[in-house]
Amino acid sequence: MSRIAAAFEALRNQGRKALIPFITAGDPDPATTIAVMHALVEAGADVIELGVPFSDPMADGPVIQRSSERALRQGVSLKDVLGFVAEFRATDKTTPVVVFGYANPIEAMGVERFADAVKAAGGDGALVVDYPPEEARHLVEVLDARGLDTIFLLSPTTRDARLKEIAQLGRGYLYYVSLKGVTGAANIDLADVGARMQHIRKFTQLPLGVGFGIRDAASAKALAASCDGVVIGSALIQEIEKSPRDDVAECARRFMAPIREALDGRSADKARARTG
Amino acid sequence: MRMYDLPDPGGHFGPYGGVFVAETLIHALDELRSAYARYQKDPEFLAEFAADLKHYVGRPSPVYHAKRWSAHFGGAQVYLKREDLNHTGAHKINNVIGQALLARRMGKPRVIAETGAGMHGVAAATIAARFGMQCVVYMGSEDIRRQAQNVYRMKLLGATVVPVESGSKTLKDALNEAMRDWVTNIENTFYIIGTVAGPHPYPMMVRDFQSVIGREAREQMPELAGRQPDAILACVGGGSNAMGIFYPYIADEKVRLVGVEAAGHGLESGKHAATLCTGKPGVLHGNRTYLLQDENGQIIETHSVSAGLDYPGVGPEHAWLKDSGRAEYVAVTDEDALQAFNDLCRLEGIMPALESAHALAYAAKMAPRMKTDNILLVNLSGRGDKDMHTVAEKTGIKL
Repeated sequence: MSRIAAAFEALRNQGRKALIPFITAGDPDPATTIAVMHALVEAGADVIELGVPFSDPMADGPVIQRSSERALRQGVSLKDVLGFVAEFRATDKTTPVVVFGYANPIEAMGVERFADAVKAAGGDGALVVDYPPEEARHLVEVLDARGLDTIFLLSPTTRDARLKEIAQLGRGYLYYVSLKGVTGAANIDLADVGARMQHIRKFTQLPLGVGFGIRDAASAKALAASCDGVVIGSALIQEIEKSPRDDVAECARRFMAPIREALDGRSADKARARTG
Repeated sequence: MRMYDLPDPGGHFGPYGGVFVAETLIHALDELRSAYARYQKDPEFLAEFAADLKHYVGRPSPVYHAKRWSAHFGGAQVYLKREDLNHTGAHKINNVIGQALLARRMGKPRVIAETGAGMHGVAAATIAARFGMQCVVYMGSEDIRRQAQNVYRMKLLGATVVPVESGSKTLKDALNEAMRDWVTNIENTFYIIGTVAGPHPYPMMVRDFQSVIGREAREQMPELAGRQPDAILACVGGGSNAMGIFYPYIADEKVRLVGVEAAGHGLESGKHAATLCTGKPGVLHGNRTYLLQDENGQIIETHSVSAGLDYPGVGPEHAWLKDSGRAEYVAVTDEDALQAFNDLCRLEGIMPALESAHALAYAAKMAPRMKTDNILLVNLSGRGDKDMHTVAEKTGIKL
């Protein structure tokens, strides 16, 4: 069983929801990335999505664009990102890491070489933002062959035929983008997401993570009722952006900890209700 | 003649093209694809498009035999396809009318566009004004500085021009920003892409709308010169004017197709925009194509004296035409383009856009080595009024 599947299974057995932070590797500087990753785990992260900075992040809002630019100004490459994964894995053997990025840096490295490098670094999967299922079959084959998970996005406008296709190709978990728009956009419609989650579950057994527009403990907790995990990206990166350089990891931990508590509070109640 | 029926249903030209976007954009692209599939053969749609090209744009654009310029070389006869005489001054309007007609049929009251030199933005603002649509144009802040006059033109036409401050602050970043707007406002917004790039169906659709250029030329050349040209030259940034004139000639293999990229300060200087001449395949802006990128797959900044060629990607069909050998791609420097700009002004009384001057500059290299009964056809894709400031600046004159 993959590390990602194991993590979700353990959570399900405990009646808990996954907390999935997204950070851009090398932001605010390469020296702090490992410390931030460990701090996130300490705050209760179950899976880490580690963003590969790209010069043209078309699907991202201004917050993640800026984080990408900060990392690129310091020359952070995909090779460096995989180095961070390896360094993190040297001391954390259990928390899954998903390498999250755009196609071009991966294709520049070569899909096979990339997959080998993720495996060697102790990474667990990849999400390529601009590889919809039509263009991702090769990647899935190559990652499958190495026991790595290919994570796919779902959107509010994904039709049933595509849901079926994505459910077949997806591994680990599916990432439901709860908003129309770019990362970091406005607030989300909870009832809407709940209904979509129920619908999507008709097509897949995979855990469902929800992201885009989750800003704090309250919005995370409200969402958790209908999904298996919440992704926090822009709000966390904003926190990193405004924290003092020598205190980034601690600020990230302090920001995430209440979200973890809120998630567990809600899930614990539900678990009790189910058994009682 | 060889059969040519690309792209495939997934939008691929060999290994290039395709749909490389986040899942959030897929539905909008599906909608667009089915709308285009429905209307591209609809007689009423095509009649309206043709009527607008005739009465609003002023088509057909003439083909002109540049006799003095040809005599100056003492070689091949050079003919110019006068897209500069179109309403708004460039070929861009052909495509914009097609897409705006489609937007109207799809019930989208708001159109957005990206622009580099400003010609596509002006064309989009023009059509939005005529159709009573809201229009937002994204433009890199660096390009806004270089093309102040076109920015004011767009504003006079009622469009909102949004400066883009991210990345290199040029065309590629404007395209990113327009995509972000589109994914956020999909219900009411149609994204009018200005070139033969982007995710399927854009490269195909923009090519189809622009191919009126080549279809006209195929009819005009025999009338004027007694036969088809030996070679056709067109500048290539994203590549829409080149695809427009090349496409109807692809199956006619006797005609050489030559795409001319911007070599900027010279290919060896690293300051250029010659994507097909020096780039490597990769994925950007929704399609797989040649890109100017570093060894880590980051897109690098380009340089050209002409903002319209200052783009690190290129339409995927050009990538395919290059690999298949059907078209050849070359590059000329800023300096050569400026020389051609001046020569055409002085010898023919025609002021070309700096973009088009690149194609002219390569014709100036080819023509002297050819016989006097050889024929070159250059797509004069736009007029140069917008570039007067740049040219003056380059020659040390303050306007």
